[in-house]
Amino acid sequence: MKFDDEPVPGYSLPILPGHVSPGRLERVLRAGKFAITSEIDPPDSADPAEVLKRAAIFDGYVDAINATDGSGANCHMSSAGVCSLLTRVGYATIMQISCRDRNRIAIQGEILGGAAMGACNLLCLTGDGVQAGDHPQAKPVFDLDSMSLLQIARNMRDAHRFESGRRIETPPRIFLGAAENPFVPPLDWRPHRLAKKVAAGAQFIQTQYCFDIERLRDFMLKVNDLGLLEGPDRVFILPGIGPLASARSARWIRENVPGVHIPDAVINRLEGAENQKEEGKRLCMDLLHAIREIPGVSGAHIMAYRQEHSVAEIIETTGVLEGRVPWYPGRDDPKALNPESPGALPLT
Amino acid sequence: MYRMRRWVVRHSRAFEMIYRRFEPVLVKLAPVWRRLGHDRVEAPMRIVEKAAKGALFDCQMCGQCILSATGMSCPMNCPKTLRNGPCGGVRANGHCEVKPDMMCVWVDAWEGSRRMKQDDHIHAVQLPVDHRLKGSSSWLRVVRQQDGTSSSTANRETTR
Ligand code: SF4
Repeated sequence: MKFDDEPVPGYSLPILPGHVSPGRLERVLRAGKFAITSEIDPPDSADPAEVLKRAAIFDGYVDAINATDGSGANCHMSSAGVCSLLTRVGYATIMQISCRDRNRIAIQGEILGGAAMGACNLLCLTGDGVQAGDHPQAKPVFDLDSMSLLQIARNMRDAHRFESGRRIETPPRIFLGAAENPFVPPLDWRPHRLAKKVAAGAQFIQTQYCFDIERLRDFMLKVNDLGLLEGPDRVFILPGIGPLASARSARWIRENVPGVHIPDAVINRLEGAENQKEEGKRLCMDLLHAIREIPGVSGAHIMAYRQEHSVAEIIETTGVLEGRVPWYPGRDDPKALNPESPGALPLT
Repeated sequence: MYRMRRWVVRHSRAFEMIYRRFEPVLVKLAPVWRRLGHDRVEAPMRIVEKAAKGALFDCQMCGQCILSATGMSCPMNCPKTLRNGPCGGVRANGHCEVKPDMMCVWVDAWEGSRRMKQDDHIHAVQLPVDHRLKGSSSWLRVVRQQDGTSSSTANRETTR
């Protein structure tokens, strides 16, 4: 899909009527296309080339790239830093902000800074506890929770106000996202909790890893019953999926990563396979197919940690984009190519 | 303490009733509090509130009590102090991601809230905590709010 007002890298698109952001992700979703997002594992380095290289892997396959914010409470390059590098060459980013590390003063400043760079999709997260990461000795902040963060961000955008009430001259034009985990207790509250997030301002949702289609289907039915999937204020839901490397690593994730629910059937399937890695990919493709069939699902968020290269294969093989080629630097103008992508000419 | 607080959640309906009787009495006594001076009442009130609610709910004296919206499970006992619902890290057995020995305060809250008459309060989006109020008496705050023209739900945004 190509928009005839496609941007100059780093510039924003005109905001269409009924839209809130100048970004491509909102356009793809509101146009009813099956959107694909993925995420970059931010480097433990200050090298910009490293970020651009990691982004180029997704060229032509994803509509927006999540820049994680100290995920798992581990220290990496900041989300704002990654977004600033990516938006500079024109990628659509999803800036993540977690409440774990910053108070409301820092967070609101970050939202303005991000929007100024063209990072117009914001994912509001609570964040993992510090005990999970590489700095368990850190002071957790949690001044806000994801719900009040959403509310504050929405007020910054729509009411042009900081939480204090002070006026913002030019408001951030942002498409607001949140996370949900339909797969953990209290299961019967999860749809209501989503409703609460939508009431607080969430417009799109990326979920935790989904390995249990039945639970997702049930969740989506209830979300639909709550009336959240229609009308101009509808919420777009992108379930999270990803390839598992082996039965062993699946077991490890189940035990050690908070909130990931992997049914035994999945582990047995991997265990029984000759090539577990291939089977993991195939499982992911099957999930993608199944998710696409669930009414109300707007896309998928592919988290292929340490297997980023397989995202292209997964999308190619499943054909979920239906021939659509998401924009990337260089798609229409090879001169604008991401300098770190494999197709770029050596700079001599 | 932990046992007590979970017991309370299991009897949230009764506590809701008690509170609904208790609040109007406090508010009716508003002229008394005013005559004594709110600043002078604050200290003894705080001590009583802390003792009572500390024993029953493991109350952390945030000063902006929302127990009626959380099934009588104090959200300030969540290690992430979430005031709007559980995070995504709840374990399969309903226990907390951060403190594996503790039941998620929001799993309890959801159950407690379903036992209550006003079971829809849990769906209201709560504003961020005003940290200046930490340690103060939220009872007295309710009195002051109801005494004036503002309602007791002033600290609760009703977006639903
Ligand atoms: S699991 Fe429950 S108690 Fe623990 S941090 Fe999350 S919401 Fe709070």
